[in-house]
Amino acid sequence: MSAVTPRAMGQALDRLEGADKVRGLAPYAFEHPVPHPAYLSAVRSTVATGEIVGIDCSQASAQPGVLAVLTHLNAPRLGTDDGELRILQSGDVAFRGQFVGGVIAETSEIARHAAGLVRVEYRERPHDVDLESSRERGQLRVPQQTMALFPMDIDKGDVDSALASAAVQVDCTYRTAWYNHNPLEPHTTIARWTSDGLTLHVSTQHPRGVQTTVATAFRLEPDQVRVFSPHVGGAFGSKGPRHSDVILAVMAAQLVPDRPVRFALTRHEMFTQTGYRTPTIQRVRLGADTDGRLTAVSHESIEQTSRLKEFAEHATRATPTVYATPHLRTRQQLAALDLPTPVIMRAPGECPGMYALESAMDELAIACGLDPVELRLRNEPDTHPLDGLPFSSRNLSACLREGARRFGWESRDPTPRARRRDGWLVGTGMAATTYPTLRLPGSKVTIRVTPDGRHTVLMAAVDIGTGTRTALTQVAADALRVDLAQVELRLGDTAYPPAAPEGGSAGITSWGATICEGADELRRRLAADHGGTVPAEGLEVTVDMPENPHLKQYAMHAFGAQFAEVRVREETGEIRVPRQLGVYAVGRVVNPKTARSQLIGGMTMGLSMALHEASLLDPRYGHVVNHDLATYHVSSNADVGTVEAYWIEEDDPYVNPMGTKGIGEIGIVGAAAAIANAVHHATGVRIRELPITLDKLLPYA
Amino acid sequence: MDTEITLRVDGADHRLTVDTRTTVLDALRERLGNTSPKKGCDHGQCGACTVLLDGQRANSCLALAVAHDGAEIVTAAGLATDGELHPMQRSFITHDAFQCGYCTPGQIVSAVAMLQEAAAGWPSAVTFHPADGTDGGADAGPVDLAADPDEIRERMSGNLCRCAAYANMVPAIQEVARS
Ligand code: FES
Ligand code: FES
Repeated sequence: MSAVTPRAMGQALDRLEGADKVRGLAPYAFEHPVPHPAYLSAVRSTVATGEIVGIDCSQASAQPGVLAVLTHLNAPRLGTDDGELRILQSGDVAFRGQFVGGVIAETSEIARHAAGLVRVEYRERPHDVDLESSRERGQLRVPQQTMALFPMDIDKGDVDSALASAAVQVDCTYRTAWYNHNPLEPHTTIARWTSDGLTLHVSTQHPRGVQTTVATAFRLEPDQVRVFSPHVGGAFGSKGPRHSDVILAVMAAQLVPDRPVRFALTRHEMFTQTGYRTPTIQRVRLGADTDGRLTAVSHESIEQTSRLKEFAEHATRATPTVYATPHLRTRQQLAALDLPTPVIMRAPGECPGMYALESAMDELAIACGLDPVELRLRNEPDTHPLDGLPFSSRNLSACLREGARRFGWESRDPTPRARRRDGWLVGTGMAATTYPTLRLPGSKVTIRVTPDGRHTVLMAAVDIGTGTRTALTQVAADALRVDLAQVELRLGDTAYPPAAPEGGSAGITSWGATICEGADELRRRLAADHGGTVPAEGLEVTVDMPENPHLKQYAMHAFGAQFAEVRVREETGEIRVPRQLGVYAVGRVVNPKTARSQLIGGMTMGLSMALHEASLLDPRYGHVVNHDLATYHVSSNADVGTVEAYWIEEDDPYVNPMGTKGIGEIGIVGAAAAIANAVHHATGVRIRELPITLDKLLPYA
Repeated sequence: MDTEITLRVDGADHRLTVDTRTTVLDALRERLGNTSPKKGCDHGQCGACTVLLDGQRANSCLALAVAHDGAEIVTAAGLATDGELHPMQRSFITHDAFQCGYCTPGQIVSAVAMLQEAAAGWPSAVTFHPADGTDGGADAGPVDLAADPDEIRERMSGNLCRCAAYANMVPAIQEVARS
């Protein structure tokens, strides 16, 4: 693995697709011009669990303009055993809102109206949708490992004795809400069956994944399925794994061969069909000596999954990495409920887990009478606390110090509820943040060069708004040692070599390292076979993502420190966040402009998580009642104050040839804890359940 | 029921047949193939579908096409004239005031209209001062957006951005307001 010399990397370039996006001309999946499209509208179950005993499509079918009605009675048998994807395979209903049919019609208006005319009769079964009561009844199980990095359950040393004998102890339980990703572009598909196979335009983080999933489900060869995904209107994890909307669209298209079928989930449907972040109940116990040095850490998380499929968010995943402690325990338990299946959402694991751990660290700082920044500095490990590996680079201390300096932390009076300004209680809080430097398998790239020196780089990667198209072009230019203008990067089409999913902040690591390998191979071939000159017919190479020889030798993680100022209206409990500031150590920053946007976007989503967002379940019916953007509040412009993101120089030769660590997720990690800690500093009240809303503060006004 | 209407979209006249249930947004996207305005919620809750409807910003998902026969509509695509981007569009690019870009056409149309509203002295929740009952209305004259980012934040809050590019949008809009 040879390091790439930065020339294009490090430049703050505007997004390459900017001029298209500001005019609305960059086509998202649903928008591709297709000849004579038909429209699909879904029929969804109105019971939480049960069985369909009768289904009457006569009224729907009789509507002028209706082309076909899809139910479990005429749906094809699927070749997948994925419980979430196996829709319409029987009359069984596993959660409220599950797809039970669909109507295909000439227009979207007709399809939607007719979908409402499909009459479905159910025999209901009692359902169980309540995480808290499952926990009380002890109906929990240990999950299978789903997010490999560390084992879910860790035992190092003797936590119980260490906790019992610790001079200072914290034992608190924190709760996070059910969050929905709500990318602004809903999940959308255009599906068209022809005699050659299937063409799909899908809003996805992983075109190759859609291709193989659909091929398996519909018993096709992968090369009979072509997936386009040039622009994606946000995803945050929901468009990573496949969901049943693509399956429904493909089933529908089968009923109207040759016609492209357009399917966009409604915003309501986005709350049941696309996964969500599980609520968590996390107990954190910390033991420390009087100097604030941790002697024991215990972190347990309880979460939910569905009965259809297991997904466990590894909320304790960051815990072994952040602080030195001789005794450590992590535990994870799941309740399987009659609900949709949760899924990865921006920093799955780290995001809810670090909210709990960093809130507990704030409580420990107070218990020890220490400054929260100082407490964290005192618990810096020399090597990875779990496996003893050296860090490839670790600059948490530098981030803490630089963040404190920029934020003006030094003058902070730790006394809670001690500052009032114009009727507002004012407080500040901070938290550490971390995210692992991951690489995901499954990438290849093809690079072509022509005698005029132009390079075309092809891979089925995607830009979901992260700035990939621009940053990866910068990586490619430096890997190929040419100017940016000589590189054309083509993404979002499974006709190109497969690429690992967009996720885990691993895009640049996985795809970039693959491109660097391709550039090396191109140079080798040019030198060996062509005397260093590009032949008249051009030259093309295709390579796989290379191994990283350092993976087993170093622990690879990004770090950072987040600070927040909070104001709470004394009489009403209204909470405002005038300022957020983060300093990060994320390796090389490829494009400072788009990177900053990623970081502040994550921090703002963390603000939204801390104060605004929660999907509220009605246990009687088993559905999210606030399933729209009016009542599920995501932060709006007026909710957000100043958001500052900085990074320190960090040279990491081990992570990948670019020296990058990934930036898409770390911004949300710790943001909620910094705000929650600031709320405590402002009010003297510790709310251990997100979101922190004024009704939770009012009793203490 | 189908009805024939005319719409002037981004300077071009169109005669089209719509279902009486068709929204202006779907008329644009699904009948005329103008997908510049986006559909984020279809309920008037996100602002992605914002267009200028007879000169004022409107959520086109909340407007029925039949009720706007003869209307003049400008989308973000139409703000760019003769291949030149509108200053607001250029400012959004240089400030990186978007990520995925799905909210962006709506944000930009909204921001352009909002500048006119402020220049005309329209009040907002920020301009309104409950203490003395004044609303800074028409009498108070133009609102200085460049000087008060809170005015921009408030007036742009009908447009959600899930990528959360707000902290870049505010200076992007301020810069245009200044010039
Ligand atoms: S699509 Fe019209 S406001 Fe959301
Ligand atoms: S840029 Fe993605 S929603 Fe605003």
